[in-house]
Amino acid sequence: MSGTLTIDDQIIPFSDGQTIIEAARTAGVYIPHLCHRPGYSPHGSCKLCTVFVNGRQCSACTFPAADGQKVISTNEDMQQDRLRITQMLFVEGNHFCPSCEKSGNCQLQGVAYHLNMLDNHFPHFYAQREMDASHPDILIDHNRCIFCNLCVRASRDKDGKNVFAIAGRGINKRLIINSPTGKLKDSDISMDDCAAHVCPTGAILIKHTGYQVPIGERIYDHQPISQVACDTEADHDE
Amino acid sequence: MYQHLETAKNPETLKRVAVDPVSRVEGHGKVTLLLDENNQVKQARLHIVEFRGFEKFIQGRPYWELPVMVQRLCGICPVSHHLAAAKAIDQLVGVDPDNLPPAADKLRRLLHFGQVLQSHALHFFHLSSPDLLFGFESDIGKRNIVGVLADYPDIGLQGVKLRKYGQEVIRMVSGKRIHGTGAIAGGMNKALNKEERDYLLQDIDQIISWAQASVALVKKVHTSNLPYYDDFATIRSSYLSLIKPNGALELYHGGIRVKDAEGQTLVDHYDYCDYAELIREEVRSWTYMKFPYLTSIGMDDGWYRVGPLARINNCDFIDTPLAEAARVDFKQHSVETMVHSTLGFHWARLIELLHCAESIASLLHDPDLMSSDLVAKGERRYEGIGVIEAPRGTLFHHYQIDENDIVTKANLIVSTTSNNTAMNESVRQVAAEYLSGRELTEPLLNNLEVAIRAYDPCLSCATHAVGKMPLQLELLDAQGKMVDTLVRHSDGSFEH
Repeated sequence: MSGTLTIDDQIIPFSDGQTIIEAARTAGVYIPHLCHRPGYSPHGSCKLCTVFVNGRQCSACTFPAADGQKVISTNEDMQQDRLRITQMLFVEGNHFCPSCEKSGNCQLQGVAYHLNMLDNHFPHFYAQREMDASHPDILIDHNRCIFCNLCVRASRDKDGKNVFAIAGRGINKRLIINSPTGKLKDSDISMDDCAAHVCPTGAILIKHTGYQVPIGERIYDHQPISQVACDTEADHDE
Repeated sequence: MYQHLETAKNPETLKRVAVDPVSRVEGHGKVTLLLDENNQVKQARLHIVEFRGFEKFIQGRPYWELPVMVQRLCGICPVSHHLAAAKAIDQLVGVDPDNLPPAADKLRRLLHFGQVLQSHALHFFHLSSPDLLFGFESDIGKRNIVGVLADYPDIGLQGVKLRKYGQEVIRMVSGKRIHGTGAIAGGMNKALNKEERDYLLQDIDQIISWAQASVALVKKVHTSNLPYYDDFATIRSSYLSLIKPNGALELYHGGIRVKDAEGQTLVDHYDYCDYAELIREEVRSWTYMKFPYLTSIGMDDGWYRVGPLARINNCDFIDTPLAEAARVDFKQHSVETMVHSTLGFHWARLIELLHCAESIASLLHDPDLMSSDLVAKGERRYEGIGVIEAPRGTLFHHYQIDENDIVTKANLIVSTTSNNTAMNESVRQVAAEYLSGRELTEPLLNNLEVAIRAYDPCLSCATHAVGKMPLQLELLDAQGKMVDTLVRHSDGSFEH
């Protein structure tokens, strides 16, 4: 099925099988998101892309586009909700942008800038999370994990390895490694895997490469995430 | 020497006066005086009252984060921390200074000359020139950079623009004026392009000219009241700094030289990787800042000074002509081999500022700055030590990592720490010679701050108050009962 739908009064076309967020991206309309990535199966967990479809809330990354659909993506209340969700992600983990090597290339940081996030609003959890630096080439800093599930999907669907999974529920949720010791060094992951490069924050990193891209040449140095996401997101880091 | 004023015998019977916080310095500190019933000073201390904890919380982080994370120690001299850490992590990837690609070495030097230039300009013009131009006990309403800009607009503006130029050098090399990136393990992450180089070249002649004028200005101020400037807060000490192999002034990399108060060389071209043998640190209960000393001399007499005065005293010459002429002039004004005048720090600092401007001009014409050969690699190691001459003196960074590249141990000896005993000694000298027996007023207490400011201490190193800092003075009688208080609020108003 194909046709047109309306996002915030803008009429955009869609093609058969597209979700709302895919149709929006094709038309150059940005809907904030973190767990969605073009080319990956939808997950619908971060809730940043929540929109109103015909008066009902749903995730734009999982909801199919349909002819005549009326989608409200951007109004004051929805932006406020997205801001609060982003602030919760910041206080739940330990995100120190000033010294993080992902700074300037980080989607969480990019979304925060897009939403004009000026403070954390909520009290910090100061979560006690560990780092797994056991692998010679790849580092996991659990402090920065937002449980977007992209590494899980990348390892399972792109690399065919199932290195990652999300365990636990609610506040006890955590990223776990499929290896006898639970350490990355004993898993099947390798530096060439999509899972090693897909993280939207600085939770999964290639070792020894931090800060090699100078300020001024990082992904979001000259373009906001709203433009980058519509232009090149499918291409970078893959 | 005034060491007898460090700890009074019967402090409970003395009245206490505090300068809290010390203003127009980087960071947070206070001075306390204990006076007897005749206002004679019996104890004088500079306390550093903040605790940063960087050595602890960088443990557990991957080593390549160090230059970017540790530079957050300071908003004034972050590049020095950035480069000291970078030199240390160079060693972790098996790259010694001699093996660094020439382009990376020169880009780092350019970055550091920009850093020292901007820091020295900031310190002299923004923080200290109000004291030097208006007088130590002048009207407090004027004693700030705004007052300087109002009464000496040319001087004030030149100071602001000198600092701005240094910041622009930093921005071109590291991407940001404050807390950029740039140095990575084994090299640099970018070269300078032609537009960036030409942008910096267009103003450099003017910067050199202003730097020369600033040296002339500080010389005029110093020599117009020579005995006072030579004596105020002055103490005799040893001096420690890095030095080039040929004995020239060095800010980025070299061996350690130590000279004693008479100018005899105690240590020369010493490998800084063995610094732990050369220096130890003592802890005292009344301050968070440690007291380093030369191991060979011992805790009581082994303290030394670092920074511009130490570097100018220690070097045989400066390898840029205008600064060298200024150095010779500076040394000639003293009858002694070593210049011990604490206020001579200002003069020495501006000679270095001129040296930085000349060196930037020279480097900008070097084609290596635009080379793409920026990173070297070697055999990994588990321990790295980086030492650099920060604006305020010799800065030591020492790290150990485990087999997973994670930092397990860190030791930082920050420049100001090395001057801790000296600053306390200068405070005691001023308290004993200029304040003892007098009724204390705010202008009089500013003399203590003038002595501290000469060292350009970086107490935190990230905050400083310009002008109307809050201040509370308490006057207690011999029984500890409060006799009087004087409070200065942040809006500048006073209250008894």
